[in-house]
Amino acid sequence: MIHGVQIDMLSSDRLGRMTSMEKIRLILDDVRQGYIVVLEKGLTPEEQGKLLETTMMEISPDGFSGIEIETYPSSKNSEGGLLSKLFGGKTQSGRLMVIGPVEQLKLLAREKDRLIAWASAAQ
Amino acid sequence: MPVMMRIRGFFSKLFGKRRSRVGIYGPPNAGKTTLANRIVRDVTGEAIGPVSEVPHETRRARRKEGVEINGGGSKLRIDIVDTPGVTTKIDYHEFLEYGMDQDEAVARAREATEGVAEAMHWLREDIDGVVYVLDSTQDPFMHVNIMMVGIIESRKLPVIIVANKIDLPDAAPQRIKSAFPQHPIVMVSGLEGNNMDDLYARITEVFR
Repeated sequence: MIHGVQIDMLSSDRLGRMTSMEKIRLILDDVRQGYIVVLEKGLTPEEQGKLLETTMMEISPDGFSGIEIETYPSSKNSEGGLLSKLFGGKTQSGRLMVIGPVEQLKLLAREKDRLIAWASAAQ
Repeated sequence: MPVMMRIRGFFSKLFGKRRSRVGIYGPPNAGKTTLANRIVRDVTGEAIGPVSEVPHETRRARRKEGVEINGGGSKLRIDIVDTPGVTTKIDYHEFLEYGMDQDEAVARAREATEGVAEAMHWLREDIDGVVYVLDSTQDPFMHVNIMMVGIIESRKLPVIIVANKIDLPDAAPQRIKSAFPQHPIVMVSGLEGNNMDDLYARITEVFR
C-alpha cells in the first residue's frame, strides 16, 4: 500500500459552478481530512476572508490548528493599471492556489512565478 | 484621493458625518498595539492596550475614540481600532513555549481564534480605513498579507502600509515597498517613535 497524501485538484470549471460557501465547505472538509487542495482558479478576496473566518471557528485543540494557504504574489504588471483602478483590483484574483492543513503543508520558497511547498501525510 | 473617499467626504460635509474608524491591522507580532499606543500616547498620554512578546496578546479589538492627529499642516479626528493579529493558523502548543500551562495555552488559543474572526468582522462592517502594519524584519509576501491587502482593496478602503520595527538591525523596509508598490508606505519604529510625523502626515492626507 502506498502511504502518502491525497491531493484534490479542482478545475476552474467546477469552481465556477459552486457558490462561495460551497467552495469554502469543500476546502475545509478536504483539509480537515488531511488532503491538500489545489484550486486552478483561486478564491476572490471576499471568499478568502470568509475562509479565514470559518477556519478560525473550526480550530480546536484536539487536532485542527488551521490552514496553510499559498498563491503566487500579485503580478506587478496588473497593479495600479487602468483596469485595476476601474475594477477595484479584481483583475488580480484567480491565480492558482494551494491550501492544506498547517501540520502537513509547509511553504519552502516563494518566487513571483514559482511556489515550492512540502507536504506530508497525516500522522 | 480615491473616488469613494471624495463621495463620502461630500456627504459627510452635507449631513455631518461620524468620525472615520481607522483599523490597525496586520499579522501577529507586527507591533500593532505598540504603534497604536505610540499614536494614542502622543495625543492623549494614555495607552490603548498591553503589549507582549507572546503572540496574540491582543485578542479583542480595542477602540480609542476621537484621537486628533496633527500632521502635514492639518488636523484630523479619528477613532483608532487596534485589532488582533490576523493569521490562518493558531496552535496552542506555540504558547507552551512561553511557559504557559496547557489550560492557559488552550484558553489563549481559543480567545485568539475568536479575536481573528472579530477583526475580520470589523473589517467587513465597521472600518473606514486601514493602517496595515508589517514587521520590517519579516517576509512581506506571506500569504496572509497578500490576502488582507486584497480584501482591503476589494472593499475600496483607503490604506497606509506601515513598515514597522525599522530600529532593528535586520530590518529591510524596502522589501515591503517593493511588495506593495500600489500603496503609500511609511517606515517607522512604533517602539522608538521614529518617523511618526511622516505617518501622521499620511493619516491626515489618506483618511480625510
